[in-house]
Amino acid sequence: MYDLNFFLQQLSNGLTRGSIYALIALGYTMVYGVMKLINFAHGELFTLGAFFGYTLLVTLGLAGSLGPPLAIGLSMIMVLGLVALAGHLLERVAYRPLRHSDRLAAVVSALGASIFLQNAIMLKWGAQYRAYGADLLPNVVFRVGGFNLPLVRLLVFVAAVVVMAFLHAFIHRTRLGLAIRASAIDQGAAKLMGIDVRKVIALVFVIGPALGGLAGLLVGLYYGQINYNMGQLYGLKAFTAAIIGGIGNITGAMVGGLLLGLLEALGEGYVSVAWKDALTFVVLIMILVFRPTGLLPERVAEKL
Amino acid sequence: MSPDLPSSSLPAAPDANRVDGANGATGANGGGAGSNLLPGALTGLAALLFAFLPLFLNAFAGSSAPYWLDVVNTVGLYTILALSLNVILGHAGMFHMGHAAFFAIGAYATAILNLSYGWSIIATMPVAALAAGAVALVLAWPIIHLRGDYLLIVTIGIVEIVRIALTNNIFGLTGGSNGLVGIARPSVFGFRITRPQHFFYFIWIVVGLTMLLFHWLENSRFGRALKFIKEDTVAAENMGVNTSRYKLMAFVVGAAWAGLAGTIFASRMRTISPESFVFSESVLLFTIVILGGKGSQKGVLLGSFLVMGLPEFFRGFEDKRLLVFGAALVVMMIFRPQGLLPSKPARYRLPDPWPGKLSGAPAAEPVTANGKRAQNGAAATGAAGALSEPSGPQGSDPQSPGPQGPGA
Repeated sequence: MYDLNFFLQQLSNGLTRGSIYALIALGYTMVYGVMKLINFAHGELFTLGAFFGYTLLVTLGLAGSLGPPLAIGLSMIMVLGLVALAGHLLERVAYRPLRHSDRLAAVVSALGASIFLQNAIMLKWGAQYRAYGADLLPNVVFRVGGFNLPLVRLLVFVAAVVVMAFLHAFIHRTRLGLAIRASAIDQGAAKLMGIDVRKVIALVFVIGPALGGLAGLLVGLYYGQINYNMGQLYGLKAFTAAIIGGIGNITGAMVGGLLLGLLEALGEGYVSVAWKDALTFVVLIMILVFRPTGLLPERVAEKL
Repeated sequence: MSPDLPSSSLPAAPDANRVDGANGATGANGGGAGSNLLPGALTGLAALLFAFLPLFLNAFAGSSAPYWLDVVNTVGLYTILALSLNVILGHAGMFHMGHAAFFAIGAYATAILNLSYGWSIIATMPVAALAAGAVALVLAWPIIHLRGDYLLIVTIGIVEIVRIALTNNIFGLTGGSNGLVGIARPSVFGFRITRPQHFFYFIWIVVGLTMLLFHWLENSRFGRALKFIKEDTVAAENMGVNTSRYKLMAFVVGAAWAGLAGTIFASRMRTISPESFVFSESVLLFTIVILGGKGSQKGVLLGSFLVMGLPEFFRGFEDKRLLVFGAALVVMMIFRPQGLLPSKPARYRLPDPWPGKLSGAPAAEPVTANGKRAQNGAAATGAAGALSEPSGPQGSDPQSPGPQGPGA
């Protein structure tokens, strides 16, 4: 069983799962970088994305009326927009009033927002699992030798990577991206340079949730079913990924997410399914013991 | 705020800028350093009235009295837990969101000793505390130096690891996801504690003892060292306080006490399973401490009643309760970010005012982030100034130890 094909299977699974973690982790890391706040409600924004996708594709039946490729493309765009809006509202209501307060107050506000959103999702869509439907994507499997690669796995991975590539370009090639990086490094200095940090925070709270929501939609496509409280575990793991990559570091979040996905898939395949989540956190603790600020440094000295 | 004020009360606190001036002034009359208990008589009276609660409930609540008593008992249990978390989060200032892990270890230690080895519940209590403390020591040792948010995620990781270990029936002892069933009731001096009113007295006596113990601890050399570390770790380190040792001690003490609460929980529920010790329990405890006012026993007590008790009044809302709870947390934090009853800043009598040349040295100037804080800070410093009269070098007393620098 433990042959090369099995390894490749776990590897591809791990990369796909990791790309989803990376998308979510980006939201944590961008918000943390600028605000030094763990957005505990981010996992719920991710869930929200999954349920918006469910409503669009299944309840409204876009997949049936438009055909899968167009429907999925369209719902991705709509989910990006809707969850971005939700994230923006969240920032306005729950975080902006606490910008100058004690950090723990902001943490509790974030926890409150998370509890609120999770229960709002439960009340709206119900507590049971919701299925995206198996016929959404054609059940195509590419075979290379004995190695099977399902279409959906490829699609999810490619979508995540393309979005991350866009984000990377945005962060590193545009003036707004420059402003985000500068604010993450030193808010005070960024203000002195004429950057409107309030706008940067608002921007970060639009991009981060949008990516998280997209990840929710991708999870729905990849695993086929979603649940109102799935954001908790995904959020925790994605945050772990952000920490592993050095929180605040955008490249680090992508690397951390992929590493975590690989670690999990390989741990699941070669160690134990029941213990895979524990393995994640053991590795997290080990990494932090030896590198207290994550694998990649939190702040890279760089010329902006 | 001027540096020549002789009274820069040494480790007094960013907490100083959270208390309004009037409040601070009354606190100054209270005397003891950072006294968190109400003046004795009032506390005694409140406790006495509270002791009659089961009778009141019987008289007025009728058939639902046992139910409400159970609610009050749950509040009591969470008060014990939150007080123990308060040592770590409130006093030592460590972001710890994994307290349920140590609670679980205590509960399972009691259950295993009672079920497999026939120990009496009370006898398992110290062992449960020791077990939780020992695990905390081993786990926290390598991570105690981590900064705020990194510690937060690691402690969440710990609670997840413990939950997964319990679910996977580690060492064949924990009964997997079904948990352990049929734990005995505790008996004290031959009296078996079974009914809600028995547990009421049992739990709330432990709450009282916990408050006394932690109050004493807070004002001990240990507590003062923690306060110093929380305010300014670098300064504490420079003054010779072994910061990681004190932090580790606080972590272990808090965890051990949570283990002890686990014993009570196990014998009250008689059945324990991993679901009782999930991440959201830790979040609840964290919320109680911050909402009530971290570092303050009164605040923690109030927080427990609000978080664990108040929602019971809204049973009618059924599934919307948590929705409201989440929104309420956000609103409370916006309007009262320092918590409902924040701890008073520590005050130290200064029989020996600082000689002029030293006056600027202690870093007691509250950092002023905005106008409001600056005002409050000024008021608090002013109150402290009044305390240390007469000012000037003539009041010096060679015997006095000066301001009690913690761990100095």
